[in-house]
Amino acid sequence: MLAYIIRRVFYAIPILIGVNLLTFALFFVVNTPEDIARMQLGVKRVTPEAIDKWKAERGYDKPLLLNQRMDGLRAVTETIFFEKSARLFVFDFGNADDGRSIGHEIATRMWPSLALALPVFLVGLLVNVTIALLMAFFRATYLDFWGVVLCVAMMSISGLFYIIGGQYLISKLWNLVPISGYAGGLDGFKFLALPVAVGVIGGVGSGARWYRTFFLEEMGKDYVRTARAKGLTENMVMFRHVLKNAMIPILTGVVVVIPTLFMGSLISESFFGIPGLGSYTIDAIQSQDFAIVRAMVFMGSVLYIAGLLLTDISYTLVDPRIRLE
Amino acid sequence: MTPVLEIENLHTEIDGNGPPTRAVDGISLDIRRGETFALVGESGCGKSMTALSIMRLLPEAGRIASGAVRVNGEDLLALPEAAMRDVRGRRIAMIFQEPATSLNAVMTVGRQIEEVLERHLNLSGGPARTRAISLLDAVGVPDAQRRIGEYPFQLSGGLKQRVMIAMALAAEPEILVADEPTTALDVTIQAQVLDLLKKLQVERGMAILLITHDLGIVAGMAQRVAVMYAGEIVEIASREAFFSRAQHPYSRKLFESLPGAARRGAELAVIPGQVPPLNSAFHGCRFADRCDFVHARCREESPGWTALGGEHKVRCHWVEDKLKGSRADSAPASEGAGAVKANPADALTAAPGGAAILLSVRDLKVHFPIRKGVFKSVVGHVKAVDGVSLEVAAGKTLALVGESGCGKTTVGKAILQLIRPTAGEVVFDRVDLTRLRGEALRKRRREFQIIFQDPYASLNPRMRVEEILSEGMSALGLYAGKASLQRRLNELLDQVGLPQAALARYPHEFSGGQRQRIAIARALAVEPRLIICDEPTSALDVSVQAQILNLLARLQRELGLAYLFITHNIAVVEYLAHEVAVMYLGRIVERGSAGEVLGSPRHPYTQALLSAVPSIEADSGRAVIKLEGELPSPVNPPAGCHFHPRCREARPECRATYPGVSQLSPTRQVACWLYSNKV
Amino acid sequence: MPVMLWTDALIFLLLAVVIGYFYYVSRRAHMLATWMRVTESPSGMAALVVLGAFALVGLLDSLHYRPTLDQGDAQGRPVYSVEVLSVLDALAAPLRQRQERTYSAPFDTRAYARETVEVPGEQGAPGTQRREFPRLQYGGAHLGNEAGRERDIVVSGLQGFALAALLWWGLAGVLAAGMARGTSSGAGEVLQRIWRGETRTPWRAVLIALGVLCAIAGPVLAWCTKYHVLGTDKVGQDVLFLALKSVRTGLVIGTLTTLVLMPLAVVAGVTAGYFRGWVDDVVQYVYTTLNSIPGVLLIAASVLLMQVYIDTHPELFPTAVQRADLRLLFLCIILGLTSWTGLARLLRGEVLKLREFEYVQAAQAFGVGHSRILSRHILPNVMHVVLISLVLDFSGLVLAEAVLSYVGVGVDPSMTSFGTMINAARLEMGREPMVWWSLAAAFVFMFVLVLAANLFADAVRDAFDPRVRVAGK
Repeated sequence: MLAYIIRRVFYAIPILIGVNLLTFALFFVVNTPEDIARMQLGVKRVTPEAIDKWKAERGYDKPLLLNQRMDGLRAVTETIFFEKSARLFVFDFGNADDGRSIGHEIATRMWPSLALALPVFLVGLLVNVTIALLMAFFRATYLDFWGVVLCVAMMSISGLFYIIGGQYLISKLWNLVPISGYAGGLDGFKFLALPVAVGVIGGVGSGARWYRTFFLEEMGKDYVRTARAKGLTENMVMFRHVLKNAMIPILTGVVVVIPTLFMGSLISESFFGIPGLGSYTIDAIQSQDFAIVRAMVFMGSVLYIAGLLLTDISYTLVDPRIRLE
Repeated sequence: MTPVLEIENLHTEIDGNGPPTRAVDGISLDIRRGETFALVGESGCGKSMTALSIMRLLPEAGRIASGAVRVNGEDLLALPEAAMRDVRGRRIAMIFQEPATSLNAVMTVGRQIEEVLERHLNLSGGPARTRAISLLDAVGVPDAQRRIGEYPFQLSGGLKQRVMIAMALAAEPEILVADEPTTALDVTIQAQVLDLLKKLQVERGMAILLITHDLGIVAGMAQRVAVMYAGEIVEIASREAFFSRAQHPYSRKLFESLPGAARRGAELAVIPGQVPPLNSAFHGCRFADRCDFVHARCREESPGWTALGGEHKVRCHWVEDKLKGSRADSAPASEGAGAVKANPADALTAAPGGAAILLSVRDLKVHFPIRKGVFKSVVGHVKAVDGVSLEVAAGKTLALVGESGCGKTTVGKAILQLIRPTAGEVVFDRVDLTRLRGEALRKRRREFQIIFQDPYASLNPRMRVEEILSEGMSALGLYAGKASLQRRLNELLDQVGLPQAALARYPHEFSGGQRQRIAIARALAVEPRLIICDEPTSALDVSVQAQILNLLARLQRELGLAYLFITHNIAVVEYLAHEVAVMYLGRIVERGSAGEVLGSPRHPYTQALLSAVPSIEADSGRAVIKLEGELPSPVNPPAGCHFHPRCREARPECRATYPGVSQLSPTRQVACWLYSNKV
Repeated sequence: MPVMLWTDALIFLLLAVVIGYFYYVSRRAHMLATWMRVTESPSGMAALVVLGAFALVGLLDSLHYRPTLDQGDAQGRPVYSVEVLSVLDALAAPLRQRQERTYSAPFDTRAYARETVEVPGEQGAPGTQRREFPRLQYGGAHLGNEAGRERDIVVSGLQGFALAALLWWGLAGVLAAGMARGTSSGAGEVLQRIWRGETRTPWRAVLIALGVLCAIAGPVLAWCTKYHVLGTDKVGQDVLFLALKSVRTGLVIGTLTTLVLMPLAVVAGVTAGYFRGWVDDVVQYVYTTLNSIPGVLLIAASVLLMQVYIDTHPELFPTAVQRADLRLLFLCIILGLTSWTGLARLLRGEVLKLREFEYVQAAQAFGVGHSRILSRHILPNVMHVVLISLVLDFSGLVLAEAVLSYVGVGVDPSMTSFGTMINAARLEMGREPMVWWSLAAAFVFMFVLVLAANLFADAVRDAFDPRVRVAGK
């Protein structure tokens, strides 16, 4: 068990190196800093001096991999690769174009992100499982049929619609909560209520329908027939037997996203003006701040790999077949 | 005695596309207190649907159309669902075929038993636990105290079925419905479980409805028997009457198609055609199209019951007419089950010494590494095959016998080089196959082929029969040219008895037996000299099995094929093997000619294995040697003789070292300390 | 002069592949039987009708040309406009050319914003200026008196509806007559059977879907030459026209992406599952690495890369349309490159199971080579997985386009798409009263397209997934 986890941690290292090399290639080799400078400065102001100045401001004026003007170890360290890519491994992200420390921004912005993403995740899971269980319980009735129809309709609606519609209806027409904004602590509730509700509703269609198939698949299995043959009521069969078995794939399937909840949600945050990592990322993309994008790519990968690790651990926790072997 | 369970004119239908399938079509029977009643039939005859109808646990598409199911006079079908739940588990309990999937994998076995106690006896907490432990004790689960907290996956198949039985018995039901309770188990474990059921029945006076396809089990367990065919019961009789003078042509065919020592060299009886689809309308007898004694009336009028004295009755015009004397002249020559034309040229004693050795396997080992730890280092090996030596003579059959997990299938694949052996040599026609690589091996491949167990998984569903059959020939460059290929394909279909029209069709259009014929034709296509038959009939019904065995025997006669026949079915071995090798945990414990090994087994394991096979010869006199425990894991086999923990005759030296091979006769070898001084 | 854009070529290639596939299927009984099960699903067939309508719009919008300018050059040779048009543009010319100055609500005759207009003074007196909602240049311009607007809308709507109903009856009649041919029953009898839902193929659902389509399209066609049925956007373009143009973008993203993704996923997944060992390790490493990068960021980075390329090579793109088109194609490729991992993983698992199947071992026992085993035994038996996942992916991709365009890494801003429509309209959310019609049009069109795709995907999955079939029994 422990050996297994250690091995998974070791396995993460080559993946992070791969991510790092890929981002390095994308941002410095395929697109040279010169290209980026040219694009950012715009066609009119492109002069060699302007480009050099732009590069120097951001520390992109060094050689890519090997600095031949330096000796010894500094030939390796005084390079873009070392300064910009290798340092990511110690979570040293450097500064954004506006001069602020990216690491500091991440540390302060991840909490608002979490404040939105975590409730969406937990409430969403609860709602989806409940609805799926209801549909499975009343399978092959009109309730189930129309439930599925509603789910398909809801999952066919663009997520943007839920946000825009919610803002219009709740905030603008009914004036129940502010359209956008954020505050820490308990005040945050009035700002977060709508984004959380929108996030949950937006995910119900696909989630509930997906989980329903898990429940139905379990209900077709032999042990359910055995449970019925014991004389158990349909409630007991559902809650003691089916629920427990179906929750294994459901739980282990969602665990992978838990760490990435820190990354926030791109669209929601920017629509609702929540100062989290999601809106940070979008702003960076739109202003083409590559330092931030690189940092977020690396953060995202680390958190995803942490999620994979959590998935493995969660299997051993909820499934006795793996726990005890 | 009053019946505890009465079924009256039960009709169960399954809805699907088109008209509903009448899975159970008007059956009536009654079971008395303390009686075991066997319902026998081949797959698809409706016997499982009958069981599920009694429990009212039909699949969602199924429904009971009419009839009555009475327990002590109370009609279950009239009960509301809530009241029916009080009946299930309390008055009627049921055990299923697959113990592995029938238990909830994420609940301890204790909890699963306690659930029944809570539901029906209002026991919970400590008393329930105590009760559950005593139940596990009663069904012979060793160390019940500890086992009660374990999960099903930690138990072997046999123990799981014992837990199922404990669960079924928890609320002391009056009736136990056992649907193929031992089909998924090995024969030695089957003997244990059947024994247990018998013992518990005597103790508790339960009635058992035993559903099975195995006439041997019926002979050992039941007091009365009903034979089901196409949704109907066609014959009901006491065990004695049934096994001595079964009357319905279908029942008789079932007996005649059973392989066994007595039928060696003779053709097994086969039932032509297939079971008619149950969603069609029947006029007349359902068996008419497959019956040897069919006459005009059979096709016009559905036969009613004909009483034959005692409790014996049968649904058959031919029997009825015969009883009236009008058709006594057409009675078949063979009466009962035993009549067989034995072939003297192929007696059990015929020694294979004369034939040239085609395949010789020396000390074959197949070890699979087990990797563990941070760096996935190899910490041990699964010794699936651990030093097997055997020989197959040209034109003869060697049966490799053993229970599941003993490594017999791996031997077959290692011989074919589908799995590369870890050590040892496989000499085929003087060439060691383990040393061949690439093209050299490919050239030899036409000489040895394989037939698999599952006729559904062994044919690619996306290929037409023509493509399936010609695949091997084109891979090996045989019968190139359109005309010669076409001739060859036709010849192959003739050999296995399929129509020419089969070529253009896809596998799903064929029945299980026909698919197995296609698989045989595929192997034959490249003109092999050796065919490895890996349980080729164990997925088939007995009447279909007879067709395949007949076919294999005929092909051996006509083409001089050698077979390595891998099986757990002793009756099949008795029927067709010339030589037998018995495997236990990766090694061969005894080998010799069929007469020697099957007639007078020497190794204690062989003795136990043979005695555990249920036999239709009532009171055949042999006592079942009960084996304790189950097959150990090949990862960590017991020290010394692998068999010693389960052996009645284990001695100190058995625990210390693995016995050497003792040559008891020119053809017989045994690996056992009992015989080591007799060399 | 016909112009073949890259995406046009690929769309027609895809169309050819699809037609070829169905020809192949039609000659194989077992595959045909599976597809026949798709045609037995009422919701699936109704969805197919709707998808067909969308596909027709998309295809018409994929036939591009450069119109001839009226005046030839000095030698009398025709001169072509730099503007690239499609057949759809030509057909919808009334919609395209009747551009107002700014927003106007659906069916309105006046603009949505006040403008200062000169009111000519009476009898030579100096004119005064007045702030008012000016009349639209085109919308409702045929009306002498605006008071007659409601009546005019109702009348022309009914005319359109009547024509559509006639057309629908005609179609139903042709269908029934076709089905009655070769049978003893008459067309009327067949129609009755269809109406009672007794035909094997659910023609009733098909006819209902067609009917609803006609009932909407008829009046809209009648109105659209006189009014802006869905209003106009900020620069006065007809929103209905924009929505129609967006259909092609959505379809291209939904289909061409899968065209890129499929070969990658199939090759990676199948080889990993079949050969195992180091091949498997490499494939798993690659897809775990790609998966671990947040998708939007990977797409954003790649799109920026592409943008740099386009900016530094302006000479490669003679017209704006071609530039936007290449950007769309790149977006498809990038989406394909970042999203093949899911399918590859599914395939790997499936092949791991398949390779242990006895028919594969039987082939190995004949010494059949790997390539033949892969092509004859493995690939045909995993194609249903590919097919199911492709149709399921389609709707997700259409929805993703909107989000990506919003983030700014989607299609070229000059290209009409649901995403760019929503993005542009979003800015007007704060207006009082709200400009809702652009948003509503984009969302409704997208919803109908995605819903139809989802329903059709469900029908395909139910027919092809062996697990669903077993559960249904």
